[in-house]
Amino acid sequence: MEKFISFDEIKKSLENRETDCSAIVKYYLQNIQTKAHLNAFVEVYEQSALAQAELINEKIASGKAGRLAGMVIGIKDVLCYDAHEANASSKILQGFESQFTGTAVQRLIDEDAIVIGRLNCDEFGMGSSNENSVHGRVLNAADETRVPGGSSGGSAVAVQANLCTVSLGTDTGGSVRQPAAFTGIVGIKPTYSRVSRWGLIAYASSFDTIGVFSKTVKDNALVMEIMAGHDNFDSTASRKPVPKYSELLHFDKRVKIAYIKETIESPALQPEIKANTLAVLEKLKNEGHQVEEVDFPLLKYTLPTYYILTTAEASSNLSRFDGVKYGYRTPNAHNLESMYKLTRSEGFGEEVKRRIMLGTFVLSASYYDAYFTKAQKVRRMIKESTEDLLNKFDYIIMPTTPSTAFKFGEHSNDPVAMYLEDLFTVQASVSGVPALSIPNGKDKLGLPIGLQIITNSFKEAELYAFANYLSAFNSN
Amino acid sequence: MKIDVNTLKKIAHLARLEFDEAGAEKMTQDMSQILDWVEQLNEVDTQGVEPITTMSSEVNVLREDAVANHLTHEQGLKNAPQRDSDYFRVPKVME
Amino acid sequence: MLSAEVKSKYELVIGLEVHAQLLTKSKMYTSDSTEFGNLPNTHISVITLGHPGTLPKVNRKAVEFAIKMGLACDSTITRRNIFARKNYFYPDLPKGYQITQDKNPICVGGNVPITLSDGTKREVALTRIHMEEDAGKSMHLAGEVDTLVDFNRAGVPLIEIVSEPDMRSSEEAYVFLSEVKKLVKYLDICDGNMEEGSLRCDANVSARLWGAEEYGKKVEVKNMNSFRNVARAIEHEFERQILLIESGEEIISETRTFDAATGLTASMRTKEDLNDYRYFPEPDLSPVIVSEEWLSSIQGAMPSLPRELHHKFVNEYGLPEYDAGVLTDSKEIALYFEELCTLTRNYKAASNLMMGPVKSYLNELTLHISDFPIGPKRLAELIQLIDDGKVNFSVATQKVYPEMLIHAEKTPLAIAQELNLIQDSDEGSLIPIVESVLAENVVKVAEYKSGKKGLMAMFMGQVMKKSQGKADPKVATKILMELLDN
Repeated sequence: MEKFISFDEIKKSLENRETDCSAIVKYYLQNIQTKAHLNAFVEVYEQSALAQAELINEKIASGKAGRLAGMVIGIKDVLCYDAHEANASSKILQGFESQFTGTAVQRLIDEDAIVIGRLNCDEFGMGSSNENSVHGRVLNAADETRVPGGSSGGSAVAVQANLCTVSLGTDTGGSVRQPAAFTGIVGIKPTYSRVSRWGLIAYASSFDTIGVFSKTVKDNALVMEIMAGHDNFDSTASRKPVPKYSELLHFDKRVKIAYIKETIESPALQPEIKANTLAVLEKLKNEGHQVEEVDFPLLKYTLPTYYILTTAEASSNLSRFDGVKYGYRTPNAHNLESMYKLTRSEGFGEEVKRRIMLGTFVLSASYYDAYFTKAQKVRRMIKESTEDLLNKFDYIIMPTTPSTAFKFGEHSNDPVAMYLEDLFTVQASVSGVPALSIPNGKDKLGLPIGLQIITNSFKEAELYAFANYLSAFNSN
Repeated sequence: MKIDVNTLKKIAHLARLEFDEAGAEKMTQDMSQILDWVEQLNEVDTQGVEPITTMSSEVNVLREDAVANHLTHEQGLKNAPQRDSDYFRVPKVME
Repeated sequence: MLSAEVKSKYELVIGLEVHAQLLTKSKMYTSDSTEFGNLPNTHISVITLGHPGTLPKVNRKAVEFAIKMGLACDSTITRRNIFARKNYFYPDLPKGYQITQDKNPICVGGNVPITLSDGTKREVALTRIHMEEDAGKSMHLAGEVDTLVDFNRAGVPLIEIVSEPDMRSSEEAYVFLSEVKKLVKYLDICDGNMEEGSLRCDANVSARLWGAEEYGKKVEVKNMNSFRNVARAIEHEFERQILLIESGEEIISETRTFDAATGLTASMRTKEDLNDYRYFPEPDLSPVIVSEEWLSSIQGAMPSLPRELHHKFVNEYGLPEYDAGVLTDSKEIALYFEELCTLTRNYKAASNLMMGPVKSYLNELTLHISDFPIGPKRLAELIQLIDDGKVNFSVATQKVYPEMLIHAEKTPLAIAQELNLIQDSDEGSLIPIVESVLAENVVKVAEYKSGKKGLMAMFMGQVMKKSQGKADPKVATKILMELLDN
């Protein structure tokens, strides 16, 4: 019997003295142990989590507990947590201990969430299957021969398999939404700059966001509400006020919904996913909402735009991993140049090296205009078209992924095939707008299907409310 | 776009990466494939469109000129792969 | 060897890139300290060390300092500023990229006025001024297997001032640098010390035949640690290039390093020359918009500039160019002098005092004018004493002034009285002295009357001796002339 599916349940149990924080932590620790083969957790903070639990028990007793007291969270291996290792699932950061805690994580800790451990992911956030990790791959609990999605595979599985209440991942091109879809849970990518990136190991600076995995929309909303908002350490973080998302979930309007023809009619789209998506749209029509098909001819260009710009930014962001100040240094070097080359070639995995090479190429003098500048222009066009669409419609609905969870090794030899997995998620990343994936049934193999909802920048409240409403459509 | 071995070597050097023969072969293939694929962007008419240079909606996020938030000497050197009591150490540039 | 004749066929073209470290308390994008001279790796932070997960944040004061420099050089201030990453690998560059400005420097154009030794005045055109961060220090020591890296300096704010290839002699380069140094010190944005590295210069040198339309291939010269060495390096490089051109060889556009001991430049050509910096807009920083309001407030708080004060000293105070040049060399001296001139009308005397005894006092004791014991008011009083005829210039400077240095609280008049220095301007008391001198030197008087006018000096000397130096020279001369012409 799975306990604690939602934070509401936990809170109720605490209030009724049926449980306390120590019991909650022990419950999750037990699950983590039982499901260790899924390889979601890289490191479990057993001692400190239990110690924290006792402290919070006392706080609860004296009425001084924070809003997240009783919640147990896991954080992706790219989120800095003072005095704890952060490896970005890479050999090049093995043994590295962060010397500060990122803002998003700190805000949750300040509200008494307990961090139970560090979660597996694709190296530096680059991947859609969690097969590119120095810690080994993560298994999808729905079918252990299949990938959980990526890059935040570990974070997704942790919530899927009840190893923690909520987990933090990061979403640069779909790395929260896609694994959420593959594992049948809720996952959000907030508006770019809604959540501070201070403490997030950078992959692509103008795309990176910190996202949340949860079983319920409400839990997701609560955590986002606490994490989001202005931060003195992040110069790009938005100063816009943060609404209380968890208190704004009520939804009784009739709204205008668009779906993009090019998504529904994509030849790559698995038929069951198409069917389930159309079913939701049909139901919405029946409920009196306005549902319209629109054209988005730029859709196919979202992926190349994404890959040119993210690889470019990544190639620069990863230059700091040079064996000089921290992290791995090759034992085989005899001079500076070989130290750099061997450290980085030995320290980075294949996919990371591939993206660094691509990024370096598109930024190089002879090709900058043809690739990078071109992609920056197309990005503007995609962003503006998406925003225009979202000014005319309240929401865009589309499948989260073209297929359900694929088998391990399926795309290992074909990088482009792997990139195409992001087909439906990158539009929101390129545009900077928020997007959320909720479970939407299963395919005939029993693999979860995700439904993606997109709305305009800084409208997370509307997004959560609608997602909450839609969740009631299919109670799985 | 087809990448040749020389271009690969130049790019690898800029990125401080190196490949053995097989690795270089594969990387060249992969890059060529990916670049071919991204080249479809040329189908988009971007005449008169300004490249986007920031995704931030903020401006003038500035810091007052005051000293704060530093690491101690020991803390700073703590993660160094090679160090002495004062400095980070790296192999010399060999000419 | 290069003959003067061959050399005269060629025109020297110089562009300079000057880096000035800004006098902010904290670094350009992080809040660790910029203080100089501490133990290695003590002014560091997770951001400076380029730790994963860290982000930069712009120092407002550094932006203001850059704008000040632009205003002082008459540049156009860019209103919408973004930053860029310059990507390359070196141990003292912790992030593997420098955050700088590429396509939109904060200051565009502008000029720096220079005056050469022959009096020629011109304005050296600037291309741009932009903001960036300094790198750490790598030390390659003999006997050490490793390079030692210190990140204290990493992240210190810099402005880079780039001139057009607008200079035509090493003297122009030298004077340009001196003027830039003066400007940054006037503005209090940099201490302008090339020897300590707070001011650095790279030179771009090329040669072309006189009358040629195209510039020759330019060579970058680095590693010059003084203005003089900049001039030497340029001179050598010019000749080296001419010799190559004359022998039909190609000038390679490369980076060369200057060796102060030999006076020669040597190629630094390594794979680094193939470096492609892959500039792209810095995604971690939001744009900096310089509003009309902000610009006005900076403009309003600008100090007087050397060229403004120079102009004032020449045009309002009627001083020679030379005096104005010396007096505006340092801001503090110029301001002291300006104040002094509100207290006296004898601007030339004031100038002579400042350029003479005051400056040599300061130089001897390596003192700053702010530590000078005599304030402008007292100095003005001293000038007044001379103007009133109470002491002559040499008594003033040699007897009264030294006392004033020790007894700053005493007025010059009081000192002169105490030391019994007040000169005698009273004809009544001087006539008998002159008469006695003439009476004692009858032969000389006769010689004087028959044409040896030079003897006047001897008579004056005697009068001074008899009056214990207190005779007012003007009055004594008048009396001597009257009596001798009879």
